[in-house]
Amino acid sequence: MPMTENGEFRPLIVAFCCNWCSYAGADLAGSSRLSYPADVKIIRVPCSGRVNPMFILRAFERGADGVIICGCHPGDCHYTSGNYFARRRMTLLFSMLDYIGVENGRTRVEWVSAAEGAKFSATMNEFVEKIKSLGENVRLGDLRCKD
Amino acid sequence: MQRIGVFVCHCGTNIAATVDVKKVVELVRFEPGVVHAEDYPYMCSEVGQQKIAEAIKEKQLTGVVVCSCSPRMHEATFRNCAEKAGLNPYMVEVANIREHCSWIHKDMEEATKKAVILARAAIAKVNLNTPLQAGESPVVKRALVIGGGIAGIQTAIDIAEAGYKVDIVEKTPSIGGRMSQLDKTFPTLDCSSCILTPKMVEVSTHPNITIHTYSEVDKVSGFVGNFTVDIKKKARSVDLDKCTGCGVCQQKCPMKKVPNEFNRELNTRSAIYTPFAQAVPNVPVIDREHCLMFKTGKCGVCSKVCQAGAVDYEQQDEIITEKYGAIVVATGFDIIKLDKYDEYAYSQSPDVITSLELERIMNAAGPTNGHLERMSDHKPPKNMVFIQCVGSRCADHRGKSYCSKICCMYTAKHAMLIRDKYPDVNVTVFYIDVRTPGKNFDEFYRRAVEQYHVNYIKGQVGKVAPQPDGSLLVQGVDLIDNKQIVMNADMVVLAAAIEPNPDIRKIATMLTASIDTNNFLTEAHAKLRPVESPTAGIFLSGVTQGPKDIPETVSQAGAAAVKVIGLLAKDKLKTNPCTAKCDVMMCNGCSTCANVCPYGAITYEDQEVRGPGVREVRRVAQVNVALCQGCGACTGACPSGAMDLQGFSNRQLISEVDAICR
Ligand SMILES: Cc1cc2nc3c(=O)[nH]c(=O)nc-3n(C[C@H](O)[C@H](O)[C@H](O)COP(=O)(O)OP(=O)(O)OC[C@H]3O[C@@H](n4cnc5c(N)ncnc54)[C@H](O)[C@@H]3O)c2cc1C
Ligand code: SF4
Ligand code: SF4
Ligand code: FES
Repeated sequence: MPMTENGEFRPLIVAFCCNWCSYAGADLAGSSRLSYPADVKIIRVPCSGRVNPMFILRAFERGADGVIICGCHPGDCHYTSGNYFARRRMTLLFSMLDYIGVENGRTRVEWVSAAEGAKFSATMNEFVEKIKSLGENVRLGDLRCKD
Repeated sequence: MQRIGVFVCHCGTNIAATVDVKKVVELVRFEPGVVHAEDYPYMCSEVGQQKIAEAIKEKQLTGVVVCSCSPRMHEATFRNCAEKAGLNPYMVEVANIREHCSWIHKDMEEATKKAVILARAAIAKVNLNTPLQAGESPVVKRALVIGGGIAGIQTAIDIAEAGYKVDIVEKTPSIGGRMSQLDKTFPTLDCSSCILTPKMVEVSTHPNITIHTYSEVDKVSGFVGNFTVDIKKKARSVDLDKCTGCGVCQQKCPMKKVPNEFNRELNTRSAIYTPFAQAVPNVPVIDREHCLMFKTGKCGVCSKVCQAGAVDYEQQDEIITEKYGAIVVATGFDIIKLDKYDEYAYSQSPDVITSLELERIMNAAGPTNGHLERMSDHKPPKNMVFIQCVGSRCADHRGKSYCSKICCMYTAKHAMLIRDKYPDVNVTVFYIDVRTPGKNFDEFYRRAVEQYHVNYIKGQVGKVAPQPDGSLLVQGVDLIDNKQIVMNADMVVLAAAIEPNPDIRKIATMLTASIDTNNFLTEAHAKLRPVESPTAGIFLSGVTQGPKDIPETVSQAGAAAVKVIGLLAKDKLKTNPCTAKCDVMMCNGCSTCANVCPYGAITYEDQEVRGPGVREVRRVAQVNVALCQGCGACTGACPSGAMDLQGFSNRQLISEVDAICR
């Protein structure tokens, strides 16, 4: 289990952020110096609708403890409807993941606008806490990746 | 194998203070494909860019990773730099180690570790990048301005003067916006319509400007340089060309009990009306909701009295479709509803009014012909109380968190004008702070205090209680003398907060422009690109972007016009080459992708598919790159994994996931 020296569990969290709203929201969190744990690593995608379920499975397979997808608020997607597709796709995927043991708390879809730096930071802080309470993800992990 | 160069920026101390940049350089050196790594204090500077260009040439780099600020800030800078050095710009990726790392983490070891991981993800991606060629799309040399207030008017004039065609779409029957409702304007006290009317006439007669009043934008499609817009022209019931603007119809109309919006419903108007005397166009509309002809089928007076035969009850709403290269949003503002501020008795007493209502009362063309009087008994007031920040700078959910910015100045204006014209009237202003930054603004406010002896009290009003004798009891506190204040007033004026016109939500959605939590439009960059929306081709003008007075509105309107002109001056724009691409070997023509594509960019075609063991004619998906905007919705939907997005391919994104999860 990835731990710091003082034995604290440090989760590995992948955040997919759409370029137009949430990635910009994360930038605003940065320029406003609104911190959140370094456990969160952001991957930029053009739109939340670009996130293929495969990417999420892959992240868990490779040892992620939580995956969050952030997009524009409903109605505000830069491409009008990508976030609706994302929401539908992810609802299905997340319930399937829950069924095989990757608890619902480890996956999340959140809407964060370009002006919501504070919300971005708060969301990430909250999500990290949630994953910490769930502990390390053991399901789906590719055994070949472990030593 | 790629030959990748990694360039780590210190950003002065913005990055280097929390991220050990030297260590990042050392650690990424051994990543697959990396043949060069260096750091520099300011990568975006000329010298920094030169370093990148030199390395590209000397080390024959095929890929570049810059670890710096957000790609939203400098991706274009570094891509241009690479292109000049002979490298395809799409072989450059940016790892965001400032906004997403150094600025939010304090611990150097942790931040450095994260920076390395972010760099690795970008390196993994670049290893899979392929050179992409931007296409070209033509620019329609015409602009659309939504909203015909002073912001929209000024933007339109400036664009038209540069030689481009502009259309203004205004929702109400006349252009002019809020400024046409104002009486005098700070800080010089010119009469508002005296300075606005010439501008309204200028737009209406300018050969490059077309005005669509009583119209709204119904639908928008397309993208920068090439928007297609449906404009709904509501039936005016009066022929714009035939009407001479004589006004007889309005005098003769028997239905005179319609609340007059222009006068903030302080009096009434006829069912056929022009909102105000200087309206442009000076052609009335029939308010069908209240017109007797439309309600009961019996009347027809206006048609009978119209000498020009301009009244047309049969007129229908009309949708026109136009193409534009750029769209400016200038939909302005309204003041907030006061239903949550019952303590000020706005809904209980007609003598508690808003500042905008006071503008109408003080205006010679207003409901009282410019006489200052109480709306209840038409008596002149003796004591007036102004309450500032009603709903502005509000900590709770009732109001707005921001400062409305204009109220301190217009209240000083009102107080001064009243004391000047009616020296017997006592004027008291309750304020939280007086904020008057602006050229000649503080001098203006001090004149109200020193020359006109307006009584300014720092403190809030807790309650306004209507009394049986018709007066108003005002209870407040004086924070400086630390005492309760109870005073009698004949009129109370509320400086209500302003908020963006509620229509902005609908418009922002149509334009895919973003708005902030207060519904103001978001800028592409708060400091450096204040009149552009993050959505290319959409520009912001006036209060729709944030609270401002007329001088600021006009400057911003001009700035928006300059940006539009810069865009329209181009014949062609480079298009985003990160478009979808179908692998016909894997595609089975299921149509899933076309169903999710918001731009209709996918069609199907019978095509010969050849591969190992396959040779057949099959129905497969085809992407029209001129229409594809690169959202990637199709790629996530494709059940066969045939559809992919260039620049953000499945393999590229998975390689990023892998690098982060390593
Ligand atoms: C009480 C009061 C007093 C003021 N006094 C002063 C002063 O003395 N000096 C000063 O400098 N400033 C003053 N101001 C501020 C001034 O009114 C604004 O700065 C100015 O009006 C902003 O212009 P605008 O064009 O951005 O918005 P607006 O004037 O609100 O114009 C917006 C226009 O867009 C139209 N519109 C809205 N929605 C749509 C839609 N969906 N489709 C098409 N059109 C639409 C509206 O009908 C309107 O015509 C005062 C404001 C108030 C409230
Ligand atoms: S990437 Fe988006 S716009 Fe392009 S074809 Fe796919 S769904 Fe359509
Ligand atoms: S969704 Fe995939 S398989 Fe179906 S038509 Fe589109 S590209 Fe082909
Ligand atoms: S662009 Fe943000 S969700 Fe589609």
